Amino acid sequence: MNLATQRFDAVIVGGGGAGLRASLELAQSGLNVAVISKVFPTRSHTVSAQGGINAALGNTDGSDDWRWHMYDTVMGSDFLGDQDAIEYMCKHAPETIYELEHMGLPFSRLDNGKIYQRAFGGQTRNFGGELVHRTCCAADRTGHAMLHTLYQRNVAARAKFFNEWFAMDLVKAEQGIAGVMALNIETGEVVFLQARATILATGGAGRIFQSTTNAHINTGDGFGMVLRAGLPLQDMEFWQFHPTGIAGAGVLITEGSRGEGGYLINKEGERYMERYAPHLKDLSCRDVVARSSMIEIREGRGCGPKGDYVLLKLDHLGTEVINKRLPGIRELSITFAGVDPLKNPIPVVPTCHYLMGGIPTTVHAQVLTVKNGQDHIVEGLYAAGECACVSVHGANRLGANSLLDIVVFGRAAGLHVQQSVREGLGYRTPSSADIEAALSGLNRWNNNQNGESVDVIRNELQKIMQNDFGVFRTAEHMQEGFKKLEKLQERLKSASIKDKSQYFNTSRIEALELDNLMETALATAYLANERTESRGAHARYDFPKRNDRDWLKHSMYFSDGTIDFRPVNMKPHEVEPIKLKDRE
Amino acid sequence: MRFSIYRYNPETDKKPYMQDYDLDSEANSCYMVLDALLAIKNTMDDTLTLRRSCREGVCGSDGMNINGKNGLACTTHLSSLKEPIIIRPLPGLPVIRDLVVDMTQFYQQYEKIKPYLQNSEPVPAKERLQSPAERAKLDGLYECILCACCTSSCPSFWWNPDKFVGPAGLLQAYRFIADSRDTEKSERLADLADPFSLFRCRGIMNCVDVCPKGLNPTKAINEIKELMLEEAV
Amino acid sequence: MVKSVLGVNHQGLTDWLIQRVSAVIMMLYSVGLFAYLIMHPGLDYAEWHALFSSKCMKLATLLFILSLLFHSWIGMWTVFTDYIKSFLLRLVLQVFLLLSLIVFFFAALWILWGV
Ligand SMILES: Cc1cc2nc3c(=O)[nH]c(=O)nc-3n(C[C@H](O)[C@H](O)[C@H](O)COP(=O)(O)OP(=O)(O)OC[C@H]3O[C@@H](n4cnc5c(N)ncnc54)[C@H](O)[C@@H]3O)c2cc1C
Ligand code: SF4
Ligand code: SF4
Ligand code: FES
Repeated sequence: MNLATQRFDAVIVGGGGAGLRASLELAQSGLNVAVISKVFPTRSHTVSAQGGINAALGNTDGSDDWRWHMYDTVMGSDFLGDQDAIEYMCKHAPETIYELEHMGLPFSRLDNGKIYQRAFGGQTRNFGGELVHRTCCAADRTGHAMLHTLYQRNVAARAKFFNEWFAMDLVKAEQGIAGVMALNIETGEVVFLQARATILATGGAGRIFQSTTNAHINTGDGFGMVLRAGLPLQDMEFWQFHPTGIAGAGVLITEGSRGEGGYLINKEGERYMERYAPHLKDLSCRDVVARSSMIEIREGRGCGPKGDYVLLKLDHLGTEVINKRLPGIRELSITFAGVDPLKNPIPVVPTCHYLMGGIPTTVHAQVLTVKNGQDHIVEGLYAAGECACVSVHGANRLGANSLLDIVVFGRAAGLHVQQSVREGLGYRTPSSADIEAALSGLNRWNNNQNGESVDVIRNELQKIMQNDFGVFRTAEHMQEGFKKLEKLQERLKSASIKDKSQYFNTSRIEALELDNLMETALATAYLANERTESRGAHARYDFPKRNDRDWLKHSMYFSDGTIDFRPVNMKPHEVEPIKLKDRE
Repeated sequence: MRFSIYRYNPETDKKPYMQDYDLDSEANSCYMVLDALLAIKNTMDDTLTLRRSCREGVCGSDGMNINGKNGLACTTHLSSLKEPIIIRPLPGLPVIRDLVVDMTQFYQQYEKIKPYLQNSEPVPAKERLQSPAERAKLDGLYECILCACCTSSCPSFWWNPDKFVGPAGLLQAYRFIADSRDTEKSERLADLADPFSLFRCRGIMNCVDVCPKGLNPTKAINEIKELMLEEAV
Repeated sequence: MVKSVLGVNHQGLTDWLIQRVSAVIMMLYSVGLFAYLIMHPGLDYAEWHALFSSKCMKLATLLFILSLLFHSWIGMWTVFTDYIKSFLLRLVLQVFLLLSLIVFFFAALWILWGV
C-alpha cells in the first residue's frame, strides 16, 4: 500500500496550552517539530479557562510559599496525588508564571505593578491556615490570554503547524511508538507522521457526560489512541464536577467568582456552605462544594420550579468588581442564563468539568505502562496536559492547578524530548500489521453501511454516564450502567455515517471521536465500579469513607478489561512527606 | 422554524445553492443558532458542514453570516431572528465546504503584524511591572477571538485581502503597540505606514458593528494613525 | 531596532495627511467664497473681476485648485488600486488621469492669471 509518510524529530498531537508549551520549547531548540491539531490552535479548549493559574508568588498577601501550595494540592487530591510530581509542579510554578509574563501574557495587575492574585478554592497559608490569594489571572479570561500568548510565541519561533488535522491512532512498533496516523480534515488525505518522539496533548473528554463545561471537541481522543495501542489509563474514575455550571447550558462560571466574594444560596436564601464547611465555606475543595449542592437539591432546598439548581450570588460585589474582575462571567450569564449578575443571582448546578486521571506519565512526561507490577517507560511516547496523569491532581484537582499543570509539564516534555534526541533517540519502524491496525478505525467507518447514527449512540452514552456515574455513585447504578455501556459498545461496531465524502467531512471526524468517547466511558465505568471507597471526586453511597488501607493506590485500566494498580508516590525529594489525615 | 442554508460540496456540486430545512426548534431544545444547526446535522442531514468547538463564544470557530450579518452561531439567540433564517459562510473568504471558509489569508495578515510581545531589554528575575492603568489600555484589545467576523465584513479587505491587514490584525497590532512592555513601538508603526496595510481602512465601521466580543477595531486603527503622526512630527 | 515612520515607505501616512489637509483647505475656501456670495447679493461681473484680481484671492484659488488635484489624484489612485486588478489597465487609467489633472492645472492657471 502507498502511504504518504513525513518524518519529524517530534510530533505533538494537540495545540492547547500543553501542546503549545511543549512545541515552543522544541521549536526554540531548533528541532524539527510538527504540531497537529484538529482545530486551529487558539480554538483549543484551553481558551475557555477563566479563573486563573496558581503560583506561590505572595503578590497580594505579601508572602506565600510553594510548600504551602504543595500541601494544599496534596490535601485537595485526597492523598492520591503523587507527592514527587506535586513538589515538582509547585516548586516550578513561580518561574513558570514569570516566564509567561515575559512572553507577554496580559495578567491583571496590583497597584504596585505586580501580577494580581485572587483567592480560589482550597488555598491556604501555613499548611491549612487562613485563606491565601494564590491565583494569578487575566481578569476572567486567563485561559484565553494564555493560549493566545503561547500561540503567538510559537508564531515567533516559527513552529510548524498541521491545523485541522485529526490524529486517528498511534502507530506502534516492536519497541514503543513510531508516530501517529493522521487525517487531513480539509482534503481527506491520510499521512503517517513518523517521529522520534510523539507527544500527546489532546486534552479532556468531558463530552462523555450529557451536561458538561467542556467544548464539543473534548472527546478524549488521546485516551482512545493509547488504549487501542495496548497501553493503560490511570485513575479514570476521578471526574471533577464543577459546582457552578450554568443550569441547563452547562457553561462554566469560574470559581474565581467565589474567590472575589460570591457565594452559593439555596431556595431559602441560606448560605449553605457555612453549614457544610465552616472554615473554607464556599472556597472549599470542588468535590466538597459540588456534593453539598447536590445534597441541597436532593433534600428539596433547590431553586426554580423543579428545585433542580442552586443560586450563585454576586450582586453584593458591586458594579466595579464585577466589571473589572469578572466581565466575561457577566457576558456569559446574560447570554446563557438570561441573568445579569449585577442584579440577580445565577442559577448553577454541579457540572462535569475535568478528568483527574489519564495517561500515566513520569514527571518528565514519559508515558508509562505496567507489567507484573513494575513501571515501564514506553519508548518514543510522551503525554502532557489534561490527557496525562502525572499525577498531580490525585482524586480531586484544585481550581487553577490545571493551567499550571499544562505549562509545567508541557515544558517538561519539551525539555526531555530535546535531551533524548540529543542522546540519540532514533526512529522506530512499524510493521505493515501495525500500519493496518492504525487505519482500521477509519476503514470501518468508511465501509459500514446502514447502521445506527453517531448521534443516537452518542446521546445514549452521555445519558448513561450522566445517570449512573455522576456526583454520587452506587454499585447498583454503576453495574446497570456498565451493562448498558457494553451493549452500546456492540452497537457502535455496526454504526455508520451517511456522508462518505473526502473534503471536510466532519461527520466522519465525529464518528472517530465517538470511538474515543466510548473507550473513555468504559475505562471510567470499569474503574469506578472497582474502587470500593469514597475519595475526592469519587463519592459512593455504599462506601462513604476513604479507605487508605486498601485503596491508597492508582488504578490502571487496559482496553481488554484488565485492571492493575500502582502505588502512590509519598516521597517528595526536598520536603518531608505530607502525612495522611482527614479533610474538612 | 425555517432555515435556508448555503450548501456547497466541492466533490459533487458545480456551484453553491441554498437548501431549506424545517426544524422544530422547541422539541430539540434549541436556543442558539448553533444548537439548531447541530440539530439539523444530527437528525436531518449529516452532510451539513460547519466548524464549532466551545459553544460559548470564546473560541471563534463558528463565525458565519446570519440573516445578512456576521456573528457567532453559538451566541446568537434564535429568538432574535426573523424567519426564514438565512445562513451563509463568512463573505469575502473562499468557501471550502458549506459554512466552512478558508481562513489562510486572514491568519497571514494576523502573522504579518508580528503578533507577539517584543522586548529588547534584559529579562528580569521576576515579572515586568505594569501599572493597572497601563494594563487597562489592553482591555478591549486582547480579548479578540480571531473569529474573522470583522475582517470578512470589511469591503477594504474584500478588495485587498493580500495587502490590507484588516480590522482583526490591526486590532492586534495596536494591542502590542499599546503594551507598556513592548519596546518595538516605532518599528511596528513604521511597518504599517505604507498605503495598504493600515490606510486602506475607510472608517466604514462594519467591523465594529459585527464584532461579537464588542471590540472596536476602528478606534484602534485611529489610535495607530494618531501615534504615527506623533512619531512623524 | 528603532525605525522611524519617515525612514521607510510611508506613502500611506503622507497620502492620508494630504487628504486631510487638502480637504480642510477646500472646505475653508468654499465656505469663504460662499460667505462672500451671501454678503454680496446681486453680484455683477465687475465685482467678481475685482475679487479675482487681488493677489490674495489668486493665491487662495491656486491653493484650492492644487488641493483639489492632489485630493482627486489620491482618491482616484485608491479607487483604481481597489477595483482594477489588471496592472496594464490600471497603468493606462492612471496615466490618463495624471495627464488630465496636469492639463486641468494649467488651464486653471491660464484662466486665473488671465483675469
Ligand atoms: C470552562 C473551563 C474553565 C476552566 N478554567 C480553568 C482555570 O481557571 N484554571 C485552570 O487551571 N484550569 C481551568 N480549566 C481546566 C483547563 O482549562 C484544562 O484542563 C486545560 O486547558 C487543558 O489543556 P490541554 O492543553 O491539556 O488541552 P486542550 O486545551 O483541550 O487542547 C487539546 C488539543 O488537542 C487537540 N486534539 C485533541 N484530539 C486530537 C486529535 N485526535 N487529533 C488532533 N488534535 C487533537 C485539540 O485540537 C486541541 O488543540 C478549565 C476548564 C474548563 C472546561
Ligand atoms: S472601519 Fe476600516 S477596518 Fe473597519 S470595516 Fe471599515 S474599512 Fe474595514
Ligand atoms: S475583533 Fe472581534 S470580530 Fe474581529 S476577529 Fe476579533 S473578536 Fe472577531
Ligand atoms: S463555538 Fe466557540 S465561538 Fe462559537
